Amino acid sequence: MGSKKKAAPFNGTPEQEKQLKEVIASLKDEQGCLMPIMQKAQDIYGYLPIEVQTMIAEETGIPLEKIYGVATFYAQFSLYPKGKYRISVCLGTACYVKGAGDLYEKLIEKLGIQGGECTADGKFSLEACRCIGACGLAPVLTVNEDVYGRLTPDMLDDILAKYN
Amino acid sequence: MENINVIINGVEVSVPKGSTILEAARIANIDIPTLCFLKDINAIGACRICVVEAQEKRGDALGPKRIVASCVYPVTEGMVITTNSPAVIDSRKKTLQLILSTHEKKCLSCVRADNCELQKLCYDLGIEDEDYYAGDKPVYDLDTSAAHMVRDNNKCILCRRCVAVCEANQGVGVIGANERGFATNVSSAFEMGLGETSCISCGQCIVNCPVGAIYEKDNTTAVIEAIADPDKYVIVQTAPAVRAALGEDFGMPIGTNVEGKMVAALRKLGFNNVFDTDFAADLTIMEEATEFLGRVQNGGKLPMITSCSPGWIKYCEHYFPEMTENLSSCKSPMQMFGAVAKTYYAEKIGVDPKNIVVVAVMPCTAKKFEIGRDDMAAAGVPDVDISITTRELARMIKRAGIKFTELADEKFDEPLGISTGAAVIFGASGGVMEAALRTAVWKLTGENADAPIEFTEVRGMDGIKEASYTVNGMEIKLAVVSGTANAEKLLNKVKAGEADYHFIEVMGCPGGCVNGGGQPHQPASVRNFTDVRAKRAEALYAIDAANSVRRSHENPAIKSIYDEFFGEPNSHKAHEVLHTTYVKRGLYNNK
Repeated sequence: MGSKKKAAPFNGTPEQEKQLKEVIASLKDEQGCLMPIMQKAQDIYGYLPIEVQTMIAEETGIPLEKIYGVATFYAQFSLYPKGKYRISVCLGTACYVKGAGDLYEKLIEKLGIQGGECTADGKFSLEACRCIGACGLAPVLTVNEDVYGRLTPDMLDDILAKYN
Repeated sequence: MENINVIINGVEVSVPKGSTILEAARIANIDIPTLCFLKDINAIGACRICVVEAQEKRGDALGPKRIVASCVYPVTEGMVITTNSPAVIDSRKKTLQLILSTHEKKCLSCVRADNCELQKLCYDLGIEDEDYYAGDKPVYDLDTSAAHMVRDNNKCILCRRCVAVCEANQGVGVIGANERGFATNVSSAFEMGLGETSCISCGQCIVNCPVGAIYEKDNTTAVIEAIADPDKYVIVQTAPAVRAALGEDFGMPIGTNVEGKMVAALRKLGFNNVFDTDFAADLTIMEEATEFLGRVQNGGKLPMITSCSPGWIKYCEHYFPEMTENLSSCKSPMQMFGAVAKTYYAEKIGVDPKNIVVVAVMPCTAKKFEIGRDDMAAAGVPDVDISITTRELARMIKRAGIKFTELADEKFDEPLGISTGAAVIFGASGGVMEAALRTAVWKLTGENADAPIEFTEVRGMDGIKEASYTVNGMEIKLAVVSGTANAEKLLNKVKAGEADYHFIEVMGCPGGCVNGGGQPHQPASVRNFTDVRAKRAEALYAIDAANSVRRSHENPAIKSIYDEFFGEPNSHKAHEVLHTTYVKRGLYNNK
């Protein structure tokens, strides 16, 4: 907390910027426009990095800090892009009691990112999720559509290696 | 106004309709403790310290007892209120203990040790165990990135008074609540340091913080070291508003003029000269009034806007960069003073300006930023070396063991301590405008000694004041604003062509320097029922009224400095020493 978070390089296109500006122009005079604008912006870019939030601030006149406050309050908004491989660790009750917390901590350590973040090369993003209905395999994680179960932390290197 | 009847702690009272329970209780001479609530700034009913039990009428009967936040809950006819029942006290104590569970309780070394609102609540409510709910405690790094202040989130209690004043009153909004739940913290977007944002350094967050989470960078050690250095010639200057507030830190009533005691204390601290920024305020009027008349007569950029307030200047540079040409090119009085001390006065006393240390005592935190600006070095060295706040001076006086309240009044040194009534009112919103009018109207009416002196239309605590005067057939339209959110409103009108003022005074802080970010703290319990700003301003207007010389150009020391050094206002030399330039900063250049 209180430290500057690592950011993956921003690759927004002129088309995306045009789309966002159109959205803002159509909504900005309505009261309570900020949330809908942010939702649309996330649809366009996939996430809300400082570049996108600054565009919203400049176009609406709403202070950047206020936008950032909303972005960090609601779980629906992400400050980070999703990686090419999205690792999702189930922290539901069954997985948790079977040690999913240790898996999650180990991945944070191995990838050098926090939950919700993406590695600088854009390869892996990490998040926690709730029960995915595979409690019999607990603890479980998924990498995109692949499901891995009955895991221990020492098995993580082999899984990551498959995607490297 | 229509009144309604309520029963507070068993006593029936009649109060104006629309009062909050907090206000009604005050009428019944009952204090309810508050923490997040600040009149005209923050009314979010969030902290729950001010809870009371209230029962509302339902037909002829009374409804159930409910615990409500008195700061925002309006009274209704027949309401029965209990402010001190065991349930109320228990609720307040639990709330306080929960706040304490994440508050860093380094009270012994805290800058707010003698006036912390949280500490007072703990004492008043009889908190016996401050660790009752001890558990996880988030740890934050200090933010020391800004030139003027430090933010310590470990002490933040999330009352949001700073957030409210920054956004609503100042129109800045560079701090806010980020994250949620236990992780909620007050910070800037993307955890930028405050120094990387478009913070204007006004320090209103500091004077509104109830605890020690936000405080100015303390420069008192540098002052003490300079005084102790035999090779340094140390000059101190004091801004107009300091004398109207310094006494508060020594228990004196709000609005006490302590000019004489302040001068005596500064002399005891060992400064080589005790001078007055008021002298430079008179000098500012000479330069600014001349600049204004020049712009009017020569078709220069109008409206011209004052440049005394460094918080306002930074605001203009960030938020209205297209209007920096409207700013007067005059340095602020503090900077003019430093520039004069290191040129004119240095020559006079035969001291190398490199060995002169100019210390400024200011009601302001933005001055700490201002001294480091470009184009503020008339003698090739910074005009002002150290700027400290009124609060820092109070600390220095206390640490030196000086019995402030018992000091006999003393007078400023000459010549840079000589000033007029026009100068001292710079400390209140409208004062610069009135001082400028005194000289400009005198000049426009053929140097008429009977020209008016008091221009009361521009006085008072309203955020936006307008006036127009016809002088010698010429109409001058004026506006006076304080608090940068009001400046934003006014400038948007000017930009839209809805207002055609000739001259605008802007002060960054609401009410002007008397309410500056460097002034003594007054707790919410005082501020919710007293306009501290107005009382301090009254002290300044009283000093003005008592002065036999009330127009800046009549200051004998000002006459001498033009005769001996500058020639005339806005001369080439005056421009070199007393004027400056601005930067078009814009808002989000850090992306």
